[in-house]
Amino acid sequence: MSVAKNAIDVRGVSKIFTSAKGDSFKALDNVSVSIRENEFFTLLGPSGCGKTTLLRLIAGFEFPNEGQILLHGEDIAVLPPYKRPVNTVFQSYALFPHMTVAQNIGFGLEMLGRPKAEIAARVAEMLKLVRMDELADRRTSQISGGQQQRVALARALAPKPKVLLLDEPLSALDYKLRKDMQIELKRMQAETGITFIFVTHDQEEALTMSDRIAVMNKGRILQVGSPHDIYGKPTDRFVANFIGETNFLRATPAGAKNGLMKLSLAAGGTLEAPLPEGSLPSGDVTVVVRPENATLAPERKGMLSGVVENVVYFGTDTHVHLKLDDGTPFIVRQQNASSATTAAVKGKRFGLSIAPETPRVLKD
Amino acid sequence: MATAAEIAEHAKAQDIRSRWLLSAPALLIIFFAAIGPLFVMVVYSVMAKGEFGDVKFGQFSSDGWFNVLFERDIFDDTLSLADANLVVLWRSIQLSLITTVATLLLGFPTAYFISTRPEDKRELWLFLITIPFWTNILIRTFAMQEVIRNEGIINSVLMGLHLVDSPVQIMFTDWATLFGMIYVFFPLMVLPIYASMEKLDFRLVEAGYDLYATRFRVLWRVIIPLVKPGIVAGSILVFIPALGSYVVPNVLGGGKHMMLGNLIALQFSKGQNWPLGAALSITLMVFVTLALIVYVRNASKAGGGHGR
Repeated sequence: MSVAKNAIDVRGVSKIFTSAKGDSFKALDNVSVSIRENEFFTLLGPSGCGKTTLLRLIAGFEFPNEGQILLHGEDIAVLPPYKRPVNTVFQSYALFPHMTVAQNIGFGLEMLGRPKAEIAARVAEMLKLVRMDELADRRTSQISGGQQQRVALARALAPKPKVLLLDEPLSALDYKLRKDMQIELKRMQAETGITFIFVTHDQEEALTMSDRIAVMNKGRILQVGSPHDIYGKPTDRFVANFIGETNFLRATPAGAKNGLMKLSLAAGGTLEAPLPEGSLPSGDVTVVVRPENATLAPERKGMLSGVVENVVYFGTDTHVHLKLDDGTPFIVRQQNASSATTAAVKGKRFGLSIAPETPRVLKD
Repeated sequence: MATAAEIAEHAKAQDIRSRWLLSAPALLIIFFAAIGPLFVMVVYSVMAKGEFGDVKFGQFSSDGWFNVLFERDIFDDTLSLADANLVVLWRSIQLSLITTVATLLLGFPTAYFISTRPEDKRELWLFLITIPFWTNILIRTFAMQEVIRNEGIINSVLMGLHLVDSPVQIMFTDWATLFGMIYVFFPLMVLPIYASMEKLDFRLVEAGYDLYATRFRVLWRVIIPLVKPGIVAGSILVFIPALGSYVVPNVLGGGKHMMLGNLIALQFSKGQNWPLGAALSITLMVFVTLALIVYVRNASKAGGGHGR
């Protein structure tokens, strides 16, 4: 495999918004990220984290105060949106209400001055891609929200952009439709071979769709990696907390061998975790344990243990909420299919056995 | 005992009665304020003219209508085209059209400017635009006179800068009337366009830019089609009263540069020819109605039924 070329390189970009009253707000703080060619890349974070601002900078609706945005190595940070081979699917869809579905889809190509026959062919192709062939002559006000979503996608894909930007496009759809569209989007990305940059605050959406995810908070990118890495190997407390459920344990390092770090937990017991990258942390650290990586066991001496406080049934699995000896809350997730689950009863004491190599030591 | 059908029938009858009763005030106003005066005008236009104004009731005459287009020489009774009337009519249409176009060209950017201000600032701008509205039109027109007369502000500045040696004659020309009308009718164009523009979703503008449309094409293909209802309303609100302008051409244009409104007023005052005045008024009304029908039809056709 050849070395993947980068579709977008964001280099040291900062964006400061100043309100009319003179208050300034740093929406992006020295952000750098590379997005590879033909990748489904997701910017994930809570609202106000800067993910939409980063998307708008790439689209050209805003201009950075500092830094460069490269598209295939060429700086586009100062170009107006209509000179960038990048198209956007807006959260509100922003379909032109005075045009039909087909006119909406053909608008970009028309503005590029393509011949009529080519536009007609491409519009037909796009209508087919989003499965809207029969509604070509409808007005955008006469179709459902899910259909508007498809038209917005087709309109943005029609000019064959180098990069497609999607600003929380699924947030207005109901649950079932959203699930369908997630699969549809993946299919379209594969079929068109266009780089997708997807913005969402929905961690589940990010995990299921993305090739790679960048987790953002307060104008910074905290971690970039595959869904697997982001979920399984969080390096940051915010990342660990934002994605999935997490148990945080305070621990003191007690030596290392064979790439494993021995930790003595504040709540009692010991734990082995893979060494974090870089040097061995001095002082106390925080260890992350995912609820599915812990199981209830009969208590033994010197083992991490706690008292069951609550048992929550979820259908596919059950969450057991415990209180550890030092008062730290801890959740264990049990698969209900497994016949070997230990019956958790409120008030009962259990030991906790944690799958080796799954705990992560955080950078802080 | 009443059957269900009878009860329904009764309720229906009552419903119709109360409907008439409720719409009675509106019908009365329409009759007395619109149909009544119109009827009086039509009647007056076909009566013979009185010696000192008014009409001679019962004496039918086609002179009023005849005089709209022709005039009879008082000495030899020969007929000739009433070119003075036609000149006034032509000037009225011309000036009103130019006023409409000029207020549109000025009003559209103004409305755009206001609607792109932060929300808390927009009201201030609208307030500034509407302030002149609260001043009597006569006062405003005389104020305009202060600006454009030979010793006025414009000429003082031009002379002071030695750009001209003698004052530029603006007063009592068609230009003066035009300036005055643009000034007076400007808010009537801005407000409806602003009302449409305020509802415009500016994300559509971003979508336009995103899809390779330059500023000009976004304006032409996205913004203008979407604010068209405002443009149509503004144009109607300016063109119609402009056609019947009275105060502005009277004060700024002077006697020689009459518009239809002045010509009509003249027939009821010094001209003492009420049938002609009534006939001219009806002519003006017919023109306006025709212009409106053509304009609205074309606008809705070109708009592609947006908003339906």
